Amino acid sequence: YIMAFELPKLAYAYDALEPHIDARTMEIHYSKHHQAYATNLNNAIAGTDLEGKSIEYILQNCKDKPAVRNNGGGFWNHNLFWEIMGPNAGGTPTGELAQAINDAFGTFEHFKDEFAKAGTTRFGSGWAWLCVEGGKLVVCSTANQDNPIMGEGCK
Amino acid sequence: MAFSAVALPYAKDALAPFISAETVEFHYEKHHKGYVAKLNDLTKDKPEAKLSLEELVKTAAPGPLFNNAAQAWNHNFYWLSMCPKTAAPPPEVAEAIKSNFGSMEEFKKKFSDAAIGHFGSGWCWLVQNPDKKLQIVAFHDADTPLKHGQKPLLTCDVWEHAYYIDYRNRRMEYVEKWWNLVNWQFVKENMQF
Repeated sequence: YIMAFELPKLAYAYDALEPHIDARTMEIHYSKHHQAYATNLNNAIAGTDLEGKSIEYILQNCKDKPAVRNNGGGFWNHNLFWEIMGPNAGGTPTGELAQAINDAFGTFEHFKDEFAKAGTTRFGSGWAWLCVEGGKLVVCSTANQDNPIMGEGCK
Repeated sequence: MAFSAVALPYAKDALAPFISAETVEFHYEKHHKGYVAKLNDLTKDKPEAKLSLEELVKTAAPGPLFNNAAQAWNHNFYWLSMCPKTAAPPPEVAEAIKSNFGSMEEFKKKFSDAAIGHFGSGWCWLVQNPDKKLQIVAFHDADTPLKHGQKPLLTCDVWEHAYYIDYRNRRMEYVEKWWNLVNWQFVKENMQF
């Protein structure tokens, strides 16, 4: 028996991110969109040599398999998305992260501007990212459900 | 003279219940006119402003100019592809559909599959090739048949902004309902027989 990919449990209730993101949005986003990626990913790798592999391995070996790439990416991206948010969060980073942000972007405000620009200038569907590359912080965006660990890095 | 969005050929509530007045309001006033406004910004006092929208779409290199011009053009085509109540296609159109796809039913299934199965933002098109054969194509984001030497006949917008208010994630239901709005007369006007 090979275990299929399952959605990680949300660390907070659907309504925990209000008023910034409402409960109904969270419910549909998690239980419909994210769940569909997981289901479709499992179907796409069933019976192939990708079955049983880690999601990271799958994402690095799916260039020629659109269904795996799209759904695997969607699965992984949303896992991270829910994790990096939470109620009683926000504010400003501290310590080493704050230092790294200042080193790479000058100020936290400028980082936020760059990140917002990456998000607003991505045409069509996609994601904005803050990544570590070669020990440095970089901001970029990807299309659809692609992500920087698929092999192209953060551009 | 600035570019503008096509005047809607029907009232904003005319496509209900398949596409709500609220969707038409947002889709036309915010999204469509937003692309047009950006296009006018990008072409202000530039030679591109003198081109027709179609010429601009055909000649623009990939990037914001193409994206906004193509989206302005695609949306014009989308509103015209629809009418408040679909009717039986003119005989020449029905015949062409039958000879290219086997039957109207098969055509609708193939088109729906392409529209529903397209990943991410984009458009599903019925096009006519230079050899007069009909083809179903789905393109990403702002990409359009004008860039591929194909004559557009009919289009369905599958960017989420086209269906999210009415159908949320259920694109399949949106596409099923969209058939109630197809303007076959417009398809005929675009075709070469």
